[in-house]
Amino acid sequence: MGLNNVLIQVFRFIILLAVQILVMSNIKLFGYSSPFIYIIFILGFPLNTNKNLLIFLGFLLGLSMDIYSNTGGVHAGACVLIAYLRPTLLKISFGVSFEHNNIKLTQAEFKQQMVYLASMVFIHHLTLFALENFSIKLFLQTLESTFVTSILSSILIYCIIIIFSRIPNR
Amino acid sequence: MQQVILFFIRNKSLLLFFLLFAISVYLTIQAHSFHSTKYVNSTSHLVGGMQKNISSVGDYFHLKKDNELLQEENAYLRELLHNENRIDQDKIDSISNDFAFQFTPAKVISNSYTKSHNILTINKGAKDGVEIDMGVITPNGIVGIVNKTSENYATVQSILNTRSQINAKLKETDHFGLLVWEKIRDPLHVHLIDIPRHTEFSIGDTIVTGGKSTIFPEGIHIGIIDDYVLDEINNAFTIRVKLFADMTSLNSVYLIHNFDYQEIINLQEASNNGIE
Repeated sequence: MGLNNVLIQVFRFIILLAVQILVMSNIKLFGYSSPFIYIIFILGFPLNTNKNLLIFLGFLLGLSMDIYSNTGGVHAGACVLIAYLRPTLLKISFGVSFEHNNIKLTQAEFKQQMVYLASMVFIHHLTLFALENFSIKLFLQTLESTFVTSILSSILIYCIIIIFSRIPNR
Repeated sequence: MQQVILFFIRNKSLLLFFLLFAISVYLTIQAHSFHSTKYVNSTSHLVGGMQKNISSVGDYFHLKKDNELLQEENAYLRELLHNENRIDQDKIDSISNDFAFQFTPAKVISNSYTKSHNILTINKGAKDGVEIDMGVITPNGIVGIVNKTSENYATVQSILNTRSQINAKLKETDHFGLLVWEKIRDPLHVHLIDIPRHTEFSIGDTIVTGGKSTIFPEGIHIGIIDDYVLDEINNAFTIRVKLFADMTSLNSVYLIHNFDYQEIINLQEASNNGIE
């Protein structure tokens, strides 16, 4: 990664956290569902970088959210998990080709993008709500929260990616 | 030995993942226990200060509603003030010597009500005399209990927390039970459990704090009875209570300091130790 790329990633990290905390966490759709868009950082991290670096940055990202929202290590755990599973999910969604051809995620087919996006968001949210509720008694509510919020987050994240990938020379 | 080192090198992502995930789970479990959220919380100077600035932007939008609330409370206090003369003088004399409870105003700078363990942050801390286990109320009803303080901020475990248990009673008949929050994502209602079967009450009756705890004074309003079911197994009623306080828009709250708290706790501990 060149210096320019590092700066872009640092910038993204901060902006996504700020948008999540200032805007998204104040949205309470149906009274309880706030979309989590900050995981765009993990979704869109450069493909050809070190895997361990992403796991560590995912931990930092999640921990920042936890400190702000008083939730212990809930976000950190969910972020670490999707950061770890990302290469596997990339392989499943885009085929083996992404490793060699260095394709751009925003230029892939819609179906492939959706599989990748939805699976990452779903795993993140399931871990998040399971850790947050932390009880078998609330199992059904955990699933319900996961489904509703996953749909909401996926739509929002897709819109955000579409809007920002259109800006040329970024 | 070489095998072991090779194993570590080959699986370093997996090991890093397990390490960080274990830390996260540890922090989560720690956050779930009442008094021991040591490292990750919003009472720190940096995060608390940030939350304060963010919430100050929203303050202007609540001004009208806050004024109405204050006016309501003023009216209530004025009522008390003017009625006090009519209460028999002996009673007033005997309590005016030393107040047991002191009320401190504070502002909520971060609120949550959508999770299963909801926590609020307020802008008063140890510097202002805030201590763990102080009660928090609004002019309308109770909010929660302080569970962590720092120099300038404190966090409050909301009554909308599946771990909260507060002593409460029926205002009319003085039968008391335990106030809990079972149905997550319903910020308007809590449940009063363990009300004996023979109790008489009707929908619309008022629920107040019981005064059996050392945290809240007796008789602070909580809500009204909305619905109830009889639990045949335990032979007791479970009552659904509609809260007076709107937990989804909290701004000004009062902290209750019980001057006798330490004395009561010490006494209870002493007598418990005596039994064992």
